[in-house]
Amino acid sequence: MEWANQLCENRQFGSKMTDSKYFTTTKKGEIFELKAELNSDKKEKKKEAVKKVIASMTVGKDVSALFPDVVNCMQTDNLELKKLVYLYLMNYAKSQPDMAIMAVNTFVKDCEDPNPLIRALAVRTMGCIRVDKITEYLCEPLRKCLKDEDPYVRKTAAVCVAKLHDINAQLVEDQGFLDTLKDLISDSNPMVVANAVAALSEIAESHPNSNLLDLNPQSINKLLTALNECTEWGQIFILDCLANYTPRDDRESQSICERVTPRLSHANSAVVLSAVKVLMKFMEMLPKDLDYYGTLLKKLAPPLVTLLSAEPELQYVALRNINLIVQKRPEILKHEMKVFFVKYNDPIYVKLEKLDIMIRLASQANIAQVLAELKEYATEVDVDFVRKAVRAIGRCAIKVEQSAERCVSTLLDLIQTKVNYVVQEAIVVIKDIFRKYPNKYESVIATLCENLDSLDEPEARAAMIWIVGEYAERIDNADELLESFLEGFHDESTQVQLQLLTAIVKLFLKKPTETQELVQQVLSLATQDSDNPDLRDRGYIYWRLLSTDPVAAKEVVLAEKPLISEETDLIEPTLLEELICHIGTLASVYHKPPSAFVEGSRGVMHKRLPARTGSGEGTECPDVGNAAGGSAPEAAPSIIPSQGDLLGDLLNLDLAPPTTTGPTPSTSGMQMGGMDLLGGGLESLLGGDIGGSPAMGAGFGAAPAVMPASLNAPVGGGLGDLFDLGGGVGMPMGAYIPPKTVWLPAMKAKGLEISGTFARRAGVIQMELVLTNKAMSVMTDFAIQFNRNSFGLAPAGPLQVLTPLGPNQTIEVSLPLSTVGPVMKMDPLNNLQVAVKNNIDVFYFSCQYPISMLFVEDGKMERQVFLATWKDIPNDNESQFQIQDCHLNSEAASNKLQGSNIFTIAKRTVEGQDMLYMSIKLSNGIWVLAELKVQAGNPNYTISLKCRAPEVSQCVFQCYEAVLKN
Amino acid sequence: NSILAEFLLILVLICRNYKGDVDMAEIDHFLPLLMTQEEEGLTCPIMSHGNVHFLWIKHTNLYLVATTNKNSNASLVYAFLYKVVEVFTEYFTELEEESIQDNFVVVYELLDELMDFGFPQTTDSKILQEYITQEGTKLEVAKTKVPTTVTNAVSWRSEGIKYKKNEVFIDVIESINLLVNANGSVMSSDIVGTVKLKTMLSGMPELRLGLNDRALFALTGRDKGKTVTMEDVKFHQCVRLSRFESDRTISFIPPDGESELMSYRINTHVKPLIWIESVIEKFSHSRVEIMVKAKGQFKKQSVANNVEVRVPVPSDADSPKFKTSTGHAKYVPEKNLAVWTIKSFPGGKEFLMRASFGLPSVENDEMEGKPPITVNFEIPYFTVSGIQVRYMKIIEKSGYQALPWVRYITQSGDYQLRSNF
Repeated sequence: MEWANQLCENRQFGSKMTDSKYFTTTKKGEIFELKAELNSDKKEKKKEAVKKVIASMTVGKDVSALFPDVVNCMQTDNLELKKLVYLYLMNYAKSQPDMAIMAVNTFVKDCEDPNPLIRALAVRTMGCIRVDKITEYLCEPLRKCLKDEDPYVRKTAAVCVAKLHDINAQLVEDQGFLDTLKDLISDSNPMVVANAVAALSEIAESHPNSNLLDLNPQSINKLLTALNECTEWGQIFILDCLANYTPRDDRESQSICERVTPRLSHANSAVVLSAVKVLMKFMEMLPKDLDYYGTLLKKLAPPLVTLLSAEPELQYVALRNINLIVQKRPEILKHEMKVFFVKYNDPIYVKLEKLDIMIRLASQANIAQVLAELKEYATEVDVDFVRKAVRAIGRCAIKVEQSAERCVSTLLDLIQTKVNYVVQEAIVVIKDIFRKYPNKYESVIATLCENLDSLDEPEARAAMIWIVGEYAERIDNADELLESFLEGFHDESTQVQLQLLTAIVKLFLKKPTETQELVQQVLSLATQDSDNPDLRDRGYIYWRLLSTDPVAAKEVVLAEKPLISEETDLIEPTLLEELICHIGTLASVYHKPPSAFVEGSRGVMHKRLPARTGSGEGTECPDVGNAAGGSAPEAAPSIIPSQGDLLGDLLNLDLAPPTTTGPTPSTSGMQMGGMDLLGGGLESLLGGDIGGSPAMGAGFGAAPAVMPASLNAPVGGGLGDLFDLGGGVGMPMGAYIPPKTVWLPAMKAKGLEISGTFARRAGVIQMELVLTNKAMSVMTDFAIQFNRNSFGLAPAGPLQVLTPLGPNQTIEVSLPLSTVGPVMKMDPLNNLQVAVKNNIDVFYFSCQYPISMLFVEDGKMERQVFLATWKDIPNDNESQFQIQDCHLNSEAASNKLQGSNIFTIAKRTVEGQDMLYMSIKLSNGIWVLAELKVQAGNPNYTISLKCRAPEVSQCVFQCYEAVLKN
Repeated sequence: NSILAEFLLILVLICRNYKGDVDMAEIDHFLPLLMTQEEEGLTCPIMSHGNVHFLWIKHTNLYLVATTNKNSNASLVYAFLYKVVEVFTEYFTELEEESIQDNFVVVYELLDELMDFGFPQTTDSKILQEYITQEGTKLEVAKTKVPTTVTNAVSWRSEGIKYKKNEVFIDVIESINLLVNANGSVMSSDIVGTVKLKTMLSGMPELRLGLNDRALFALTGRDKGKTVTMEDVKFHQCVRLSRFESDRTISFIPPDGESELMSYRINTHVKPLIWIESVIEKFSHSRVEIMVKAKGQFKKQSVANNVEVRVPVPSDADSPKFKTSTGHAKYVPEKNLAVWTIKSFPGGKEFLMRASFGLPSVENDEMEGKPPITVNFEIPYFTVSGIQVRYMKIIEKSGYQALPWVRYITQSGDYQLRSNF
């Protein structure tokens, strides 16, 4: 407020008789004077004084000392004065709760005033006073106002319920206000309906499990009717609420779509976007061969395009959303490329977004126009925009093969401009083009080399070095070029150092005779003079390889590299689905799930699109977590790498992952730069050692495609999971821990034997490892990395092996795990692929963890919720299993299971048979409900599991078995 | 999904915290964040600090900032902020620091009616003016009542309006957006039309507007003369959207006074109405020579008024010299523009302007952008798309006769031609 203060104080106010005179600064003693005036007998003087007080409050002065005097002015028949006093109360009541009580009587009285304006004002203000004592007195007036004859009072009271709920949720429930609020959805007045919907949605958001909104075909019908009558804002509340509903079948879906479509013609952009959200979601359920589906697709394009004529901030929101929409349904806007052409006077944030969408829409049909535009942009002056435009040209080349040649020549033209950052950007993208189309455009290398001296950005230097190394045999003075970089080796960034090392090794393998000295120089720089362990490691590996088997070295280092993929920055499909459900909101602007930026969103459901009817799985489960339930829709491009991609992931082992976390996902070049370094070097080396498993390279291209999304936004329960970790302190111990097994035998890992197990201790998942050195030499530099897995398990810290592991030594290590890593569905679901690195090599193994590790401590469901959920989950999702030879009674079984966070909620005994009802919550928010039948004297139990993601049932059953039998 | 979680509105001097969970002090982070972004040349309408997100717009020298810590509906926030600007502007003519200070009591009252607990409420300034007035002092409680309009389904028009003479004025205004490449090819062109009303009608009249809309005639099967395909149509709150969706009828109860009834977008390719050819030659360290040819590519009977061709010149240009075959050219150094004005430009005609500027011998090192040539014009009595008002039916239960008046005008929108300088 200081800022406002200053602005005020610096002003000289004229003598006009306006409110501004109240802002003039007064000297000390002001409070005294005001006090006197407030207690004046003259009405006019009193009012003037209150105005002065409010003016002071507005500019941030503390006038709380006047509390009793201001409150004394509350009883007045002057509406303006009353409003001012109320404003004062809202501001200071919290700091003076005892004094605020003084105002209660007037509030209560005002709630009964014959004038509806006063009644509404009183109930609105009371709700804003966040003082418990006041809240108690609010209930009765609120109850009356909710049934007031005047809709203006009712609409204000509806909002007040949400306010009260925010202060004291229990009170609202106890007083039955929620039911009254639900009734208001059927109110005759559209504004009351809209506010009731808004209030209920707000409350429901903080109570994800309460079936508050109770959306069913009848209530949906009411909402759709109100949609036609309420204000633009009310329409938004209703549309946003509708978007949470999942229709029963495609027919219902279509009929809702038909009634929502007219909203696309509303002048308010926010109404349009909320309507688009509903349509994009419900469309998912329509069969694609339906005529209506095609009609709907056609109807979506024009309003989306029109959004680009809105105010720039709304354009920005629209563009970020269009970016999602073109990824989900490219057909909608494929003919609309032109509208995304950048205008000179567009704000920079609009320009950058348009550019992104242009690339997404680029195709063979429009590439000529796109390129002409991009070239135009690349000669602009705004550095960020120009850089992005140059990168875009590279992406076009990679995306549209037919255009590659033109792109390359455009880039060469740009290099001729000699504008430093343009040249550097161009070189980075040309390197990518080389990787996509090897042996095609090498004729340009000479031009590139001319610009060597002007490169001062690490990424561009690394790219250039890569090019020189890769094509060393065609560049006569490759050795000189690389040598020139070597002079300042220690001043270079790691990226450049690593690249230079690899490039010189490549050069040596291609032209061994002239470059022996050079390679020795670089190896010694990398190993002896460097403190960087990654650089040292790589240096040693090359050294050893070159000295033991140069032929193998050649095969490895100069191996053919996999091509890079086309689309490098697509949003991962499950995240995309979730974001589509959030169209128009901050999440859709950030391209992050709400859990990534909203505090306390633990337990908030991840939204997902409904499945097409008939596809069976997950039709009615908008709340299933991403991991297990997430089957990518058929239309989505397949960018999740297959399971063989361990190496792709392990690339991160050596390189610091890109740290971009801004709203815009970092562009491809950066990641590609990183990939290439390894692609050319270490990874191929490792490939040779392992013996060339055919799958190992396949991930190079695909891996970075998913990286930006997973880096920017943890896909799983994100924050929620982190809280889970801390939440379980003090829980009873005794969780089931399977015995250790050997995961990696010594003979497969050059003497390193790894055995281990998993445990959950005090809410923290631990991987307990025993490392044994069965080789003759000392092992050091241990590191561990997981492949993507079903539940996003990832090491929460580095592997703590501090001392070198001598021959025949054994060390036990406990590695805490988090569940915020990248997610990929594995088969079996609980499979985990692990890589362990030491000074000798990198080793891979896979193991299976008991899913009970993921059972969180707050997995005890409310009885009512359990019942409702059990009913709600379709019977198709139920699976039954037998547990044999178990000799526990139901009590003991229940206790034992509780140790592993399997909670018994209720027990029922029918004809000597105990039925135990239990709930489990997985770290990614998936709930599993169970019914366990235990018959006295019968060692065979029957267990039924119900879950919205039925894939987990098998694993859960295995846990039951393991826990009960051990 | 979340409705606005949290709202805090700051007009430099005025804050209204609609919910309690974002600390008012958070706003202190706003300005430093904004300044950092501006330094980097990368402003963004959404910024965040910790878990608080700032969504802001700028109006004259005021920032309107909304803060939230939830996943709020961002498009709603911006639409609302712009609505606030609109309401305040109607109340105070200018929305600026001074008008806020001069009227802070009314401002607080308005903020209370505009939004409650983060939910936008009544934002129609005509209706608000019925119960929140600037002469607050005169209002005694007993006299103030909530207009029923506030909560009615017809929330934009009050009952009991009376005019001696019942009339409606309809303005059909089409703006041409055009983007032409430096080599003279049209990159994109579209028409954005708006239909504005000035309604002076008594009571609660039912209106129906008939346009020569191709989709309408396709539905009814009657084809009477030229029709126009509207790519997208947007309507004022008052128009019954579902009715339009089902049979393309534009039916509504109009707001009183001036309002924008609808807007539409047309993609049909039209010949650029004013075509510009330019040759800009830059002789480094000495001069710039500019030759611009403007051609009116519309009917001979029509005339474009107030044509302004704005040609960018280097920022270090000096000593301008102009020669025009018609109109008047001048140099506007603060905008780095040469502006050529032609008061009246008949269709089919072609005019020429030559300009030369001196350049300093020491060149400006700073890279300059390549702003396009822009053109402003308006052509009355004519719509470029050929859209026409076929009828305006006015029915009121008192049965009065009312006259609709229609005017057409075509004007330049975002009309840019890239130059090759």
